[in-house]
Amino acid sequence: MSGRLSVDVAIIGGGLAGSSAALALRGMGISVALFDKGFCGAQASGVNYGGVRRQGRPPEQLPLAARAAGVWTRLRGLIGIDGEYERSGHLKLAQTEADMAALEAYAETVSGYGLDLQLMGGAALRKRFPWIGDGMVGGSYCPSDGHANPRLVATAFPAAARRAGAQVFEQTAVVGVTRQADGFWLETATNLRVRAGIVLNTAGAWAAPFAESFGEPLPLSRIYPSMIVTEPLPPLMDVNIGMEGGAIYARQVARGNCVIGGERGLVLADPDFSRPSSDGARAIMNRAARFFPALQHAHAIRFWTGTEGATPDKNPIIGFSTTTPGLIHAFGFTGAGFQITPGVGEVLAELVRDGHSPTPITAFSPARFRPARSPASPGLTGAQDQNNQQKSEQREGFPS
Amino acid sequence: MTAPLIVGVGPAGIRAAQTLVAAGLRPQVVDEAPASGGQIYRQPLQPDGRSAQALYGSEAGKAVDLHRTFDGVLGKIDYYPNALLWNLRDGQADLAIAGRAKRIAYDGLILATGATDRILPVPGWTLPGVYTLGGSQVALKAQGCAIGRKVVFCGTGPLLYLVAWQYWKAGVTVAAVLDTAPASAKLALVRGLTLAPAIVLRGLKFGFDLKRAGVPIYSGVEALRFGGTARVEGISWRAGGREHHLLCDGIGYGLSLRPETQVADLAGCAFRFSARDRAFVPQKDAAGRSSVAGVYLAGDGAGIAGADAAERAGERAALALLQDRAFPVDTARCAALESDLAKIEKIRDMLEAAFPFPAHWAATLPDDLTLCRCEDVSVGSVRQAVQAFGLTEMNRLKAVTRTGMGRCQGRMCGAAVAEVLAGACGREVAAVGRLRGQAPVKPVPLTLEAAE
Repeated sequence: MSGRLSVDVAIIGGGLAGSSAALALRGMGISVALFDKGFCGAQASGVNYGGVRRQGRPPEQLPLAARAAGVWTRLRGLIGIDGEYERSGHLKLAQTEADMAALEAYAETVSGYGLDLQLMGGAALRKRFPWIGDGMVGGSYCPSDGHANPRLVATAFPAAARRAGAQVFEQTAVVGVTRQADGFWLETATNLRVRAGIVLNTAGAWAAPFAESFGEPLPLSRIYPSMIVTEPLPPLMDVNIGMEGGAIYARQVARGNCVIGGERGLVLADPDFSRPSSDGARAIMNRAARFFPALQHAHAIRFWTGTEGATPDKNPIIGFSTTTPGLIHAFGFTGAGFQITPGVGEVLAELVRDGHSPTPITAFSPARFRPARSPASPGLTGAQDQNNQQKSEQREGFPS
Repeated sequence: MTAPLIVGVGPAGIRAAQTLVAAGLRPQVVDEAPASGGQIYRQPLQPDGRSAQALYGSEAGKAVDLHRTFDGVLGKIDYYPNALLWNLRDGQADLAIAGRAKRIAYDGLILATGATDRILPVPGWTLPGVYTLGGSQVALKAQGCAIGRKVVFCGTGPLLYLVAWQYWKAGVTVAAVLDTAPASAKLALVRGLTLAPAIVLRGLKFGFDLKRAGVPIYSGVEALRFGGTARVEGISWRAGGREHHLLCDGIGYGLSLRPETQVADLAGCAFRFSARDRAFVPQKDAAGRSSVAGVYLAGDGAGIAGADAAERAGERAALALLQDRAFPVDTARCAALESDLAKIEKIRDMLEAAFPFPAHWAATLPDDLTLCRCEDVSVGSVRQAVQAFGLTEMNRLKAVTRTGMGRCQGRMCGAAVAEVLAGACGREVAAVGRLRGQAPVKPVPLTLEAAE
């Protein structure tokens, strides 16, 4: 569609962050145009593993994750479908004593955040989850976590936003954004010119160039989480499985298929695309058969990978631009965005309406990546950065 | 130098192997079947005393020649039968052979992956006792058994009459042949008499033999329904303005063929929409060169053209590989093969006119009909999703509804899903795109042991 359009808020990127923001903004009566270069929810938001988990997140993410948890329980009312959301619990397994010690330390660290983690040793684990193979030292169970179907949720949010009055433009790449006296002007590949008072940059793995164009270089790399799916099997896994150290993550969907992730895909010549590596896929398959003996005779019927933006400290970038008034970033969820992004949308809408959100997000400020010479933003010191870095190392390889 | 890899040993793969061996190369050959021949010249699993004439009828000479040709090069190739090629990347192919992973390197790839039956679902199509036409033929040829005692063959395409005739020849009661093409479409065959007399006369002979044997043949068949509870017990249809019913215990059904293109997709080949096949097929030039250097396409996998074309295309593709590697090649032979292939394309156009695909059925399929059997998705749920989400594209439809997400990855349901989607969103079938091919090409065991 060519022509001109004027809205309060223009959103670049129709993933879960952008589309949930669009929906929340419409709830506030704010006019919204949502743009996606392809199809809304077709990238990381729609092709991730589908974990709806707070367990394992660093403490600074937990208030936002709690906010999002509230959205998940209201999902059907919000988007019209339950998205196959199941509050199945999330069980994180320890293969070694050191892994178990890490789970215990984590439980201690987050004890004030209401996760109600239940630590259990090997014997208790075997008794409660007999389908898990021998050799686990123990695990940590979070009863209120779960999983959902990303394909459905990431499609239903933009559809709900559209029903709520958002103008949704798919296959409409934003090719340039400038700030002028009368607001932002967006140019699209379809020759649509859009004026907006506020711009949300929720462009996921494609977000950094928009920030860069406003003189704000933010460190965003790409990761390609890789997953396999088994044929439908009798009900087996009644919880969402994670593993300390990240060897594997697994869940079983209502249809019976087990979705099992781990490893990384191979990036193709066009870095927007990736494919599972044969060795990586086989590694996931073999681990699954070892950890879950009932899968030993199962077949994998499908593999997939997706493209996702990642930050150096593995925390997302959420907040007002440090260079440009009216520009708000929300991207870089680093393989763990599915659970929190529906909450991010609400936070973004509050930022638009009020200039701030009751949910603490200072740890995610783009300011943390400003060059060292720039004055640091309040509340985020170098020591904390280092602390974050260490924590994120511990979390390596735990995509939601 | 790493050897070329040929995928599939039907008529295209066999001729390709023969050509490369003749030039002094030692190709690697991968095939899912235990023996050479592909679908059309499939060999019995066990020798069972049936003659080539009994198995392949008028094509016995070609079948025997191809089998012998392949047996003749066995010592000069690296042959992996019973092998599933499940992934491909950067000159490395991943195979699964008897539960073990094997990775082979290749330089040059000839894809002769063939075709499977094309179907549109009809009520009862998932009942036990309902087979595709190709599946019916495999049962007879490879396993020496029939799909029932009293069998109806229905659908359209040259295979319809051939399989019915083969069953009749084998002594099975063929209760009826139901052709969805209108009788008027067969005028194309009369016009084809000058173009390809042998082919047309052979096809007409099947019809005449069946008629003489008392097999009722209906044209312009509409509203097909397969009845039964635990298994198929009968068939109903409309023809000539009347409802018809027939009891039977086996049904062979198919609407011509669809190319098997997943490996070409993994190899990075560009695709184009073939209006004649109503399918996306990998692009190729007259010699069989794909859009990717070093990847060649031959046979039905690159567009349905039949076994005779496959033989020529396999040889031509192998010659193209040799040309591209600066081997001396008989250019007159290349030209003759290309000329033959162009002629067969014309015959194919004639056959497609004689056996048109009933695309108009897609709009009439009832909502409660299973469309994607792997994932148990109904026609109605696809239509609903199209309405609810404004879907216009195959991969988005897959994401929302699971169609094409199951064991077959859309190989069996994809053509029908495209028709239903196109009808539901008001677009041409060419405009809804195609399911992107992904590894694993077919299901692989989780415990696939380490690559050697």
